[in-house]
Amino acid sequence: MTATDPNAFSQSSSAEQHFSSDLSGRYRLDNIFRIASWVATVTALVVLAFLLIDVLIDGIPRLDWQFITSFPSRSAERAGILAPLVGTIWLLFVTALFAFPIGVGAGIFLEEFAGDNLFARILEVNIGNLAAVPSIIYGLLGLAVFVRVFLPITGGRTVFSAGLTLALLILPVIIVATREALRAVPSSLRQAGMALGATRWQTVREHVLPQAFPGILTGTILALSRAIGETAPLIVIGAQTFVPFVPSFRGTGFSALPIQIFNWVGRPQAEFHVNAAAGIIVLMIVLVAMNATAIYLRNRFQAEKM
Amino acid sequence: MTTSQLPDSPQNSGLWQPNRQLSKSMELLAKIVFGAFGLVSIATTIGIVLTLIFETFLFFQEVPIWNFLTDTQWTPLFTNSQYGIIVLISATFLTSFIALIVAMPMGILAAVCLSEYAPSGLRKWLKPALEILAGVPTVVFGYFALFFVSPILETFVPGLRPFNGLSAGIVLGIAILPTIASLSEDAIYAVPQSLRQGSYALGATKRETVTNVVLPAALSGIVASFILGIARAVGETMIVTIAAGQNPRLTLDPRVPIQTMTSFIVQVAKGDAPTGSIEFITIFAVGMTLFLITLVLNAFSFWFVGRFREKYE
Repeated sequence: MTATDPNAFSQSSSAEQHFSSDLSGRYRLDNIFRIASWVATVTALVVLAFLLIDVLIDGIPRLDWQFITSFPSRSAERAGILAPLVGTIWLLFVTALFAFPIGVGAGIFLEEFAGDNLFARILEVNIGNLAAVPSIIYGLLGLAVFVRVFLPITGGRTVFSAGLTLALLILPVIIVATREALRAVPSSLRQAGMALGATRWQTVREHVLPQAFPGILTGTILALSRAIGETAPLIVIGAQTFVPFVPSFRGTGFSALPIQIFNWVGRPQAEFHVNAAAGIIVLMIVLVAMNATAIYLRNRFQAEKM
Repeated sequence: MTTSQLPDSPQNSGLWQPNRQLSKSMELLAKIVFGAFGLVSIATTIGIVLTLIFETFLFFQEVPIWNFLTDTQWTPLFTNSQYGIIVLISATFLTSFIALIVAMPMGILAAVCLSEYAPSGLRKWLKPALEILAGVPTVVFGYFALFFVSPILETFVPGLRPFNGLSAGIVLGIAILPTIASLSEDAIYAVPQSLRQGSYALGATKRETVTNVVLPAALSGIVASFILGIARAVGETMIVTIAAGQNPRLTLDPRVPIQTMTSFIVQVAKGDAPTGSIEFITIFAVGMTLFLITLVLNAFSFWFVGRFREKYE
């Protein structure tokens, strides 16, 4: 086409006059947007820093050996966290005992055995839904089922019931982590195993699982660290705040660190708030230790694979 | 790594004689056992639903459902008890709304920053740092809201009470921020580079590319992250229990103490209500309401992602 029509030409030139690229204005908006995005990110981290510093300043002076080895007391200076600390360690073991084998087994089933049938699809949707259920609802489930229906087995409001509830809570997380770890194992490994005449289970047990194990372990530890920080389900199940003895597996009366912290935060006296801050520091140390283990495992096995 | 061996090592037998029958039985056994483990997760869902339905049914035999939905007072622990769930829902709505005002813009900006602006070396450090924020137990956030944020807000918000919806909502927003930022970042990161290059080639600036091309392309993932954030804010317990107070009242004033659905459950559970008492089954009715709200949010997110997902090869 040749643009011989003078009319069309003048139109396009007038359009050219109206169009203003206004680059400097657009770049100014660009800068504002970029700075806003940085401000949002940095603000989140600054809040995290404030939170940690606030807790450290409040709690460090209170943190000593006596605090760790004392039972609860009506006077804030003599109160300690022995019972809740032991309770939290108990919960860690009971939760891991149930959640780890069941979660990993379900993950193996979905990834290696199930294929694409109706059962697998229902299971998948179900796991996605469970992950979005608030933790306090799991507490209600634990209260109705483990504390009441299974009373003869669990002993009621015990570490056993609480551990089972927390295990159900983190089960979806462990299943998802297991599946991701299994998916990362190259399928050539499975094909090689089966080409040599091994059954699916033999291949998984001898070759796939060892490869995926570090990933599974990392995911499990991270899920457990989430369980340890949970407060709401334990309150609903009936964790107690005044436990002047070391809790046992099925004995009535147990406590946990978050419960003790919550109780101290709720007291009107400021001395107990200091105790709460010190308790938070202990809880955070436990969590950081678990996370560091998870990261160490991940890095170590990643380096080994190279 | 482990040294792999054949199922029956031929060292002592001379000839490899696999026990195929045993292998087959083990295969079947593994399948059944692991399938049963999978059933545990389905049993969990069924358990939750049945428990809530059963106890809620008992509750509605004591309290007419009409009163539950239309009363404007929530006083189950008084002699003249009234059960207007709207009181607790309004408090949950208020704290979640404040949380979203904080978390939505910040979350999406942080996600854009991580995927578009941060150099990859820095990104490697920023993402785990945000994950630390996500790993902080919520009871710690509650402490922070009550003893740090509330006193600061008191200095410039007139009429702010020590327990209030505002500081709880703000800290709740900080708590769900990593969820929104991390999931949105995944969605934004998944938008193919060619779309960005096409936009640049047409003369768009970086911001124009992000707001007009990248964000719309990642919309379904971003909305899904918002909804998951809302679901978490609605179900979050400790922050609102510690910092928002325990006073059930029908108000949208963020400066006064209120009681959310979750903090009511905690209040009753803490008080050692006897099994089968009306207080006891009330927490299940409230739990049922909470469960239904998260279920609707989840279903909406599922529908939205399915409807608006952009697929790129």
